[in-house]
Amino acid sequence: MLNLIGNYSLVFALITSLILAVVSFINFKSNKSLDFNIFGAVVLQFTLICVSFFTLIFAFIYSDFNNAAVYYNSHTSKPLFYKISGTWGNHEGSLLLWVLVLSLFTLIFLFKSKKLFNSFRILTIFFQQIITSGFLFFILLLSNPFQLILPTPNEGLGLNPILQDPALAIHPPILYLGYVGSSIIFSSSLAALTCKYVNKDWAAEIKKWSLISWIFLTIGIMLGSIWAYYELGWGGFWFWDPVENVSLMPWFCLTALLHCSSVLEKRATLQSWTIILALCTFILSMSGTFLVRSGILNSVHTFANDPERGVFVLIFLTFLVLISLFLYFKFNNFESKPKSFFLSRETAIIMNNWFMMYFLAVVLVGTVYPIFLEVFTAAKISVGPPYFNQLIIPFLIPFLVLMALGTKLDWIKTKKFKLNLNRIAILILSILISFFIVRNLNTKVLFLSVLISASLYLLLISIIDLKNQKFKWSQRISHLAFSILVISIILNSIFSEEFSVNMKVGQEKIISNSTINFEKISKQEVDNYTSIKAEIEIKQNENKLIFYPELRLYKTPETITSEADIKTNLFNDNLLVVNYLKGSDYLNIRYQKKPFMFLIWFSAVMLGLGGILGLRDKLK
Amino acid sequence: MRIRLSFIFLFILVSSIALIFYKSLFEEKNYIPKNINNKIENISIKEFNTENIFFLKNLFEDEKFMAINIWASWCLPCREEHQYIKNLSRIDNLKLVGLNYKDKTKNAQKFLEDLGNPFDIILSDTDGTKSIFLGAYGVPETLILDSELKIIKKHIGPINSKIIDEIKNLTN
Repeated sequence: MLNLIGNYSLVFALITSLILAVVSFINFKSNKSLDFNIFGAVVLQFTLICVSFFTLIFAFIYSDFNNAAVYYNSHTSKPLFYKISGTWGNHEGSLLLWVLVLSLFTLIFLFKSKKLFNSFRILTIFFQQIITSGFLFFILLLSNPFQLILPTPNEGLGLNPILQDPALAIHPPILYLGYVGSSIIFSSSLAALTCKYVNKDWAAEIKKWSLISWIFLTIGIMLGSIWAYYELGWGGFWFWDPVENVSLMPWFCLTALLHCSSVLEKRATLQSWTIILALCTFILSMSGTFLVRSGILNSVHTFANDPERGVFVLIFLTFLVLISLFLYFKFNNFESKPKSFFLSRETAIIMNNWFMMYFLAVVLVGTVYPIFLEVFTAAKISVGPPYFNQLIIPFLIPFLVLMALGTKLDWIKTKKFKLNLNRIAILILSILISFFIVRNLNTKVLFLSVLISASLYLLLISIIDLKNQKFKWSQRISHLAFSILVISIILNSIFSEEFSVNMKVGQEKIISNSTINFEKISKQEVDNYTSIKAEIEIKQNENKLIFYPELRLYKTPETITSEADIKTNLFNDNLLVVNYLKGSDYLNIRYQKKPFMFLIWFSAVMLGLGGILGLRDKLK
Repeated sequence: MRIRLSFIFLFILVSSIALIFYKSLFEEKNYIPKNINNKIENISIKEFNTENIFFLKNLFEDEKFMAINIWASWCLPCREEHQYIKNLSRIDNLKLVGLNYKDKTKNAQKFLEDLGNPFDIILSDTDGTKSIFLGAYGVPETLILDSELKIIKKHIGPINSKIIDEIKNLTN
């Protein structure tokens, strides 16, 4: 019953979407105003998709194994929280969530854009409906979450403990909010192009939506990385995995767009470039979905390997790209730009955009190149962290310095660019500090000290700028956050420590500057496994830490899992994990020290906060 | 005219990219080489996490066949195939040997902690030279050897339930 309701409300949502597309196009052609029908239809569509989404959630909560999606992805013994998050943890449900957010954003756009040009609004709705109906077709034809299984099974299949993690439960919906937010940017740029409405009002409108997407993307990427760090636990937080890259690409594009749209807003120039960035952001988000969902990429995140689905998304994506190309070339005749001088804020922002495009290109090539190579030569290669590190890190140096200097410039022309004594003092200070930091290392001293100097310089300048009334709070906060993020990532990668040693209970060993004491071991029967808990003390200089790592021996299926003990403080994460060695009474003890992890998460949250402050300014 | 040319250029570019993606959707992700029935040398390999060194032939206990699965923690398809490797360990008559390929010990350990250790024994090939003797193409890869160290089956890429059935039939 529930399944039928869910299914048919989706069908009606699709019909509404098609009617809306036609009506809005006719209204646009005949220059009619945005009438009540359109309004009502958008509300209706949102309600229908909502109904459908909630029936799916109910099916998951009540473990209705009649429903195929529930059967494959849920289990009666799952905690309620993970039953609910299981709704979007699978391919079908996550697409339904995508469409739900899509229609929600269309609705919000309609409510919030009353002051804007009429035809522009109608046309935006038209393009939004093309996207919505494409996704609805995809769901109904190829990924229907309401497929039935007969006879009804008694128990579900899905109980993968690695996916039961709070960060992973909310990571996809947050990331989706970011992706889908960019759909409004896409539709409204196409609409603005067609109505010749690429002006300051439009830039202000688009900036709101880019901020919304940017906030969600930033937080979403961070949550994914938290999951990788704590749950996958390969001892890192970023692996240049194709699926991570795919979420990073729209982020670069969006960051460029955020900066570029303020040039359009203040100076009415760079129209073409803003449009291109706006279109690319959504296209990159869509390509991301395509690459992840089609199984072209081999990755930990791969959902389903179904070429048919891939073909649909590919055709739809190509269609959107070609439409935007066509409209761009048909309507792209902007007035010549007012002149800017070299030393101006505009130049700094354009430089920022260049760097963003460079980083984007590096990630894009690294992600897509293996696919191309495979088609042409049947050779399989995988592009790993060394490629990304070597191409991105050296270019961070000029980027960071530029970021520190660029905010100092004025719009149009900087009249007097004085060599400020303070600034030189800060530069010297940061060089000294970085020398102090790198002094004891014996690799790549010169390169690292330059890199650290540059990031310290940006950090110090951003701290001083906190008091500068000339800038908005959003800018001050997010620039400071970015500088903290960069410097903590650099220091984290330089100063991470680890060792691994085999020990018996009661032994004591000394490795470099640490003393390890294997104090105790205790055994306990818990529900469906036997727990072996060790007590290990690690002494470094005067610091003493006691860890309680655990081994779990499961009976069915026979598996041993290790639960690490992580001690977190402001400056360090200390992680200790033990391992069972077959056929001996020794345990393998692995200790890792990861500095500044807390600061990395903290600065990512702060980056998001900067975005929220910016959004608040815009909505005032 | 200039605009039109660049439009055509971009149009062709986008379409050909789409075409390449289309082709790669149907690209076979695994392939099976023909040169099986070769014998491999009875080489010695170090055990993972210990200093013990084993000759391949000495690994056989009561089993008639041996499966060597070449894996690495950094290899994502290996993660995917791991659940099937567990099924492989249930086949009687088959010694399941893992060969950890060009890997860091701690990462490999973490991999086993997370996903379980189905192997009867794990050997370590830190520099990738041992895999050359086995004629390996890359990771993941699974070889089935008989007691004379003759390759009776070889599979490149992640294994699946179909391959497991084939292996079951071969080793019966």
